[in-house]
Amino acid sequence: MKTIDERPVQVQPVRGTRWKKHHAEDVAGRSYTFICAALLIVIILSIVYFVASKGLATFFRDGVSLGDFLFGTTWDPEGNNGEPMYGVLPFIFGSFATSVLAALIASPLSICASLFMTEIVPGWGKKLLQPVIELLAGIPSVVYGFIGLTVVVPFLRNVFPGQGIGIAAGAIVLSVMILPTITSVAADALASLPRGLKESSFALGATRWQTISRVILPTVLPSILTGVVLGMARAFGEALAVQMVIGNAPHIPRSLFESASTLTSVITLDMGNTVMGSAHSNALWSMALALMFMTFVFVMIVRLLERRHRI
Amino acid sequence: MRAKLTDKIATFFIVVFSLLIVAVLVGLIGFILVRGLSHIDWHFLTSVPQTIREGGGIGPQLFNSLFLLVLTLIITIPLGLGAGIYMAEYAKPGKITGTIRLVVEVLSSFPSIVVGLFGLLLIVNTFGFGFSLFSGALVLTIFNLPLMVRITEQAFRSVPKEQKEAGLALGLSKWKIISSVLFPVALPSIVTGTVLAAGRVFGEAAALLFTAGMSTPRLDFTNWNPLSPTSPINPFRPAETLAVHIWKINSEGLAPDAAQIAAGASAVLVILVLLFNLFARWLGGVLYKAMTASKRMG
Amino acid sequence: MNNATFRTEHLSVFYGQYEAVKNISLSFPEKSVTALIGPSGCGKSTFLRSLNRMNDEISQAKIKGRIWIDGVDINDPGTDVIQLRQKIGMVWQKPNPFYKSIYENIAFGPKYHGIKNKAELDEIVETSLRKAALWDEVKDRLKQSALSLSGGQQQRLCIARALSVKPGILLLDEPASALDPVSTAKVEELITDLKKELSIVIVTHNMQQAARISDYTAYFYLGSLMEHDTTEKIFTNPEQQMTQDYISGRFG
Repeated sequence: MKTIDERPVQVQPVRGTRWKKHHAEDVAGRSYTFICAALLIVIILSIVYFVASKGLATFFRDGVSLGDFLFGTTWDPEGNNGEPMYGVLPFIFGSFATSVLAALIASPLSICASLFMTEIVPGWGKKLLQPVIELLAGIPSVVYGFIGLTVVVPFLRNVFPGQGIGIAAGAIVLSVMILPTITSVAADALASLPRGLKESSFALGATRWQTISRVILPTVLPSILTGVVLGMARAFGEALAVQMVIGNAPHIPRSLFESASTLTSVITLDMGNTVMGSAHSNALWSMALALMFMTFVFVMIVRLLERRHRI
Repeated sequence: MRAKLTDKIATFFIVVFSLLIVAVLVGLIGFILVRGLSHIDWHFLTSVPQTIREGGGIGPQLFNSLFLLVLTLIITIPLGLGAGIYMAEYAKPGKITGTIRLVVEVLSSFPSIVVGLFGLLLIVNTFGFGFSLFSGALVLTIFNLPLMVRITEQAFRSVPKEQKEAGLALGLSKWKIISSVLFPVALPSIVTGTVLAAGRVFGEAAALLFTAGMSTPRLDFTNWNPLSPTSPINPFRPAETLAVHIWKINSEGLAPDAAQIAAGASAVLVILVLLFNLFARWLGGVLYKAMTASKRMG
Repeated sequence: MNNATFRTEHLSVFYGQYEAVKNISLSFPEKSVTALIGPSGCGKSTFLRSLNRMNDEISQAKIKGRIWIDGVDINDPGTDVIQLRQKIGMVWQKPNPFYKSIYENIAFGPKYHGIKNKAELDEIVETSLRKAALWDEVKDRLKQSALSLSGGQQQRLCIARALSVKPGILLLDEPASALDPVSTAKVEELITDLKKELSIVIVTHNMQQAARISDYTAYFYLGSLMEHDTTEKIFTNPEQQMTQDYISGRFG
């Protein structure tokens, strides 16, 4: 090789005040953003700590056994009929019954809506349903409760035996509230399918429904399940809308149209009337602890579903 | 052919159910507006509620909702932006990042009543802020933060990578790139998302029952001293918001026109949330156009 | 050769376990154009990016060997990478102007590096745009968004932006491959002008382009430097058969 020319290129890095400025900027930026992110961890740890410390007092300080608490069917914390009883099974039942029922009602509707948006009429179907879903998501829960009280409950009262309040009313109201959750997850899942999947099915001569039912839905089923679980979690944690239509009797109902309660509804009603530190109050905190625990369970289920789906 | 018949039937049901959902929405909003709009007038929007008499209004509650929203956003936006930027630009795959993601996921699924209870315990009682706008704002921040973080992170991640590289090659510091190159590009999405989140915050009630409270002191709207107890902008006073008020009327409505007040208040709430939605879209679109379109020389 | 002030010394770049750049010692003479040619995926871009430490942004990237610029090892922990990058300009295949006005795109760098005086900034903007052969086309619309320019104009804007901070070296990664022939010709003319003041390293897939505008050419193959010489020699009488094969289009 020939010798290459050797004159300098003038790139001497120089230290000076400018160096200080931009490195100070970087340190400040990194610290500020990290603190904000770390704050999230601090927040959740605080929530868990405080709710748990109050919630566990029921068992450790007031001497209620976990079994009596979770499986007892009598809720009488003020001891109106003798000894105070802290059985919360009616509320656990109510929460699960409304959430599961709401998910059962909402899931088929959501799947239809998402199919409508992505498969049946992809052009204006999306333009129509997307804003509808977003609006449904934006309506505040108290308004849902109000409509439940003034429309759903009277309707149920007229059509079915009973007062119209209860698990059915709660489930119906909740199902509309969780429709957006399930629909958006399902629609996203459908939209991210590779086109080849559909096209190869059509190329084989399948009808659209055959393609949907045999190829598309089985493929996105894990994602849709994720949406359903998220919807259930939302329903499980909903307080005011449910409280307004469920009746709030602390019993396990014998029908869908009899007054019932959920974990959230009893907390809403009773918390304001109890003395902080009393056994009654602590029992409510224990229910809050149960709600928090279920949130973790729901998130874990979602994560498990996502992990299994990741090929 | 059976397959073709099944296809037609299935399609029919899919369309019917989808249109059913549209009908439900239209019905919901129609119902609220029909029942409530007639009750809304200037008097309703500005006067105080009556406990047992007719003719109560929602003035203070409306103000509380708006003011509380502003307070919440003031706290949430810097925190949400910071955390979102960290997740998008600084976080490396690892334990801390994974933990933060899990926290965001869990917090966003948390029942809002539990967050409210936490606020009651820590902010209202332990820190001693009592039932107040400030307590409510802190709790709403916790409630809103996961969404803000997600919005910000997504907005920054969708900025083309080449923008960052161009900044690096010019010798800009990382923070300068984030704040002056990436942030303006991410801004339209962040604004849209924030206004939509604000709509959610505006309608939230469960978290406020035991933090901002279920009552409002007498407010003197001529008193703008934030430290005075009758001033509407004193953040340390109890503040029943519109959403909480609707719930309260429905559970213990003693006034004879409770049903109409609830309907009117619901209508106001729904209309405002709709406006937030529309405003979010419009503003995001305007910002995006301003950023990318050519401007004519004046 | 080992005394050139802008050179690499046994430079290797690893992405995790994969060695993308293998032990390359290459010098870049002052005020000239060196073209890096070779088939796709053979490390040219990775090599180029190490010259201004852009690979720092990739967490799995590791460097062995040294890069010397004016007697300074740029990977030494004591080197200020921000100052370093100010002295080296870079232009990519796809134009990436900031989402700002034309004026702001050019003024942004100098402003950040301390120039506050408006008259001075105006002058820098004009000079940079003139050097990039774009001034006449945009002088009446400096406040318009950079995105309103055509692809070729945007690329020249990116070159002007790189020039605004008065670098001594310009790195170009296939700067014309996304452009139409007319814009390409303009960019090539630009490069030929700029080499009077800067040392330019250009990665290109276009053999004719390399032959047209470069003084020296380095042929890369699978991460290694196969041959490096004056362009004239490489294109008329290369030492290696492989180089000859690539240049005549027999593979790659």
